[in-house]
Amino acid sequence: MRPLLLLRHTPKIDFMRYHKAGFALSILLTVISVGSFLGFGLNYGIDFVGGVLIEARSTSGPANLADMRQKIDALHLGENSLQGFGSPSDVLIRLSRQPGGDAAQEKVNNAVRQALGSNIEFRRVEVVGPKVGEELIHAGVLATVLAMLAIAAYVWFRFEWQFGIGAMISTLHDVITTVGLFAVFQLEFNLTTLAAILTVAGYSINDTVVIYDRVRETMRKYKTMDLKTLINLSLNETLSRTILTVTTTALAVLSLLVFGGEVLRSFSIAMLWGIGIGTFSSLFIAAPLLYYIGLRRGNEPKKAADSATAAERTS
Amino acid sequence: MLHFETWKIVLIAAICAFGVIFSAPNLFSPTTLDKLPGFIPKQHVNLGLDLRGGSHLLLEVDFGAALKERLNSVIDSARTALRNARVGYTGLNVEGDKVVLALRDFDQLKNQGRLAEVEKLFRDLDPDLVPTIGNDGQVTLRYSDVALTARRKSAVDQSIEIIRRRIDETGTKEPTIQRQGQDRILVQLPGIDNPEHVKQLLGRTAKMTFQLVDTSVLPEEAQRGRLPPGDVLLPAEADSRRPGLPQNYVVHKRVMVSGDTLVDAQPTFSNNEPVVSFKFDSVGARRFGEATKENVGKPFAIVLDNKVISAPVIREPILGGSGIISGSFTVQTATDLALLLRAGALPAPLVILEERTVGPDLGADSIKAGATACIVGVVLVVVFMVLFYGLFGIFADIALFFNLAIMMACLTMLGATLTLPGIAGIALTMGMAVDANVLIYERIREEMRSGRSMLSSLDAGFKRAFGTILDSHVTTLVAGILLYELGSGPVKGFAVTLSIGVLTSLFSAILVTRLQIVSWLHRFRPKAIPL
Repeated sequence: MRPLLLLRHTPKIDFMRYHKAGFALSILLTVISVGSFLGFGLNYGIDFVGGVLIEARSTSGPANLADMRQKIDALHLGENSLQGFGSPSDVLIRLSRQPGGDAAQEKVNNAVRQALGSNIEFRRVEVVGPKVGEELIHAGVLATVLAMLAIAAYVWFRFEWQFGIGAMISTLHDVITTVGLFAVFQLEFNLTTLAAILTVAGYSINDTVVIYDRVRETMRKYKTMDLKTLINLSLNETLSRTILTVTTTALAVLSLLVFGGEVLRSFSIAMLWGIGIGTFSSLFIAAPLLYYIGLRRGNEPKKAADSATAAERTS
Repeated sequence: MLHFETWKIVLIAAICAFGVIFSAPNLFSPTTLDKLPGFIPKQHVNLGLDLRGGSHLLLEVDFGAALKERLNSVIDSARTALRNARVGYTGLNVEGDKVVLALRDFDQLKNQGRLAEVEKLFRDLDPDLVPTIGNDGQVTLRYSDVALTARRKSAVDQSIEIIRRRIDETGTKEPTIQRQGQDRILVQLPGIDNPEHVKQLLGRTAKMTFQLVDTSVLPEEAQRGRLPPGDVLLPAEADSRRPGLPQNYVVHKRVMVSGDTLVDAQPTFSNNEPVVSFKFDSVGARRFGEATKENVGKPFAIVLDNKVISAPVIREPILGGSGIISGSFTVQTATDLALLLRAGALPAPLVILEERTVGPDLGADSIKAGATACIVGVVLVVVFMVLFYGLFGIFADIALFFNLAIMMACLTMLGATLTLPGIAGIALTMGMAVDANVLIYERIREEMRSGRSMLSSLDAGFKRAFGTILDSHVTTLVAGILLYELGSGPVKGFAVTLSIGVLTSLFSAILVTRLQIVSWLHRFRPKAIPL
């Protein structure tokens, strides 16, 4: 059996020629993301804002949304939304955070259960008080920031500081635009989304590291090659791997999106976008950034101790 | 590269065998496993509540409320102590976490040198109490930080114990009750799809006392503000069957006997009505006997969580140390009350901060969805690898199989909890695990293109790809560990599978693949690499 060869020869795509267009696109995406984040905000799930979420299933045929809505409205619980999903008998009920403390959220759950009667089976109930929600936001932001710093520190430790900065910027870009995706389309942003974003950060850095690794190696091999050609060569040499890995990971995530059910949907969407944008940013941001941060040819330090002097010279 | 020491081969084979043997039970039902001989491992991976169905409750011990109650009782005893010592005071009150008052004749007390005596008086109320007497006669009594911390800790420990007893009494199987952070308690109840009853049981402090009713004042008068000192006005438990009973009672603050001296309580019937019978320990029985002997003909109130359940008249001294509580009980509420009395009172009220409940059939659906997604994902990746790498793709797929097996075995043996996001982590790891193989194979191809010989290409491919693989795995691991540290519930489950998957894929993608390639080289002595 002969394996398929994705690329028979090392391609000669001039990535550096398009890097300005890449930068422009990234800046555009970042501006849109930050803009919609500030403008529309995120559609936070109850994990973060508190409230009640009920996944209900009618045991007597298709759910009568209008009737259920009426019954819940009669309870005067403030903002609520009912939404069919999956099969026609499934309904997702969301109630906004109730005024009052943590105990107030609990009462609502009981009230709704009673109001809807026995033909409605409660398949999933999540009640989150305001206190926990706030803590989860803090922990989430903290985790993301720490992860990026830790990763940047690792890259800095393994490579030179220029690589660390490049990796951090491109990962930050991926995180911002993934959050932006959720702001633009007002997709529900919950705990699993947050997990997805951290995974995206991990994946994106993974991709970047592979390319940086190659850049470093090529630098050692061709001491006199100019930086643009060198980055281009490294990108082309790793292109086949980039495409194959993106594909296998995307295949796995795609099957999660299609078969994984409602709970994993926002996770899969975030991951899928993250894989795409992470690959894009490795090719068109992380690598070209090295050119601008001032990676010098010819004085590539052999030892970690040298990197400080290299840093002085290049800054 | 070409040479594998025997011990290495044995070790690799052993790890792979471990993976297969310890992950295999997950494919079979427990009944099938029970029929197998004893030496075969039978442990299943722990399923999270989102997969097996159940209820997750995050409770907070409201220590503030308990402290306030404690300070209120400090006020009561301070009042008596000051009166007995004939020390004048004003403004005795609870302010936040301290008791404040002003000494009326501060200068006089100071001149008479009685300040030390007053200070001792406060200390005697409670040895943990720190009194400060200011130069203007202002006194604050507060608990030292050490005492507060100790009390908080013991309140949480005690709460956990009481919660466990209460939940055990309901017959819930395998509940998990653990402290989380400083004053939180996480309760996980597998198989419970409507935790209403449990929440009701946990929502009550169940502090029971027996107190004499003060018949010298009518509740109505007391309500208008003529409450005698040493008395308290308490509401009655609403009783629809006896509409004629008073809605409030004036009750002596002094407690005759408290519920912590109960040794048993059972639901039973008296005159065809559900009641709760109780039994005191010897101390309680003696106190109850004395109190009833002295107060024959007077009513006493049975108070639960500051509500009067009933207020029977003492017809004769109750010396046997047991009795019954009648009230507006149904069979269920009588059973619940008996349960609560047996389990004991909570030291502080509990607040439910978070509840997540998943019905068992939704859990089953989630398992199905997760498994389908995993299988489809794995099949796609497997086919893809064979398409693009041929024979070496098959090697990678075999490594992937062992990766999955070792990963499941680790999850099972570590007792980690598999959640739905955890399954997502597995699927994702499958996609990312072959990345190591891709890196190696692409590298080999490159080396071959640059004109190296077959063997040196293989060698260089593995060697050069290793650094890259290590870097990329470490970065993913960093994200995974942080997720584990800072995430909660299901997200933790994701972090666990992701992290374990990263580690196992490092082993399988490099060593297992290499071993296969080397064996293949030795066995078939090929002229070229089919890459």
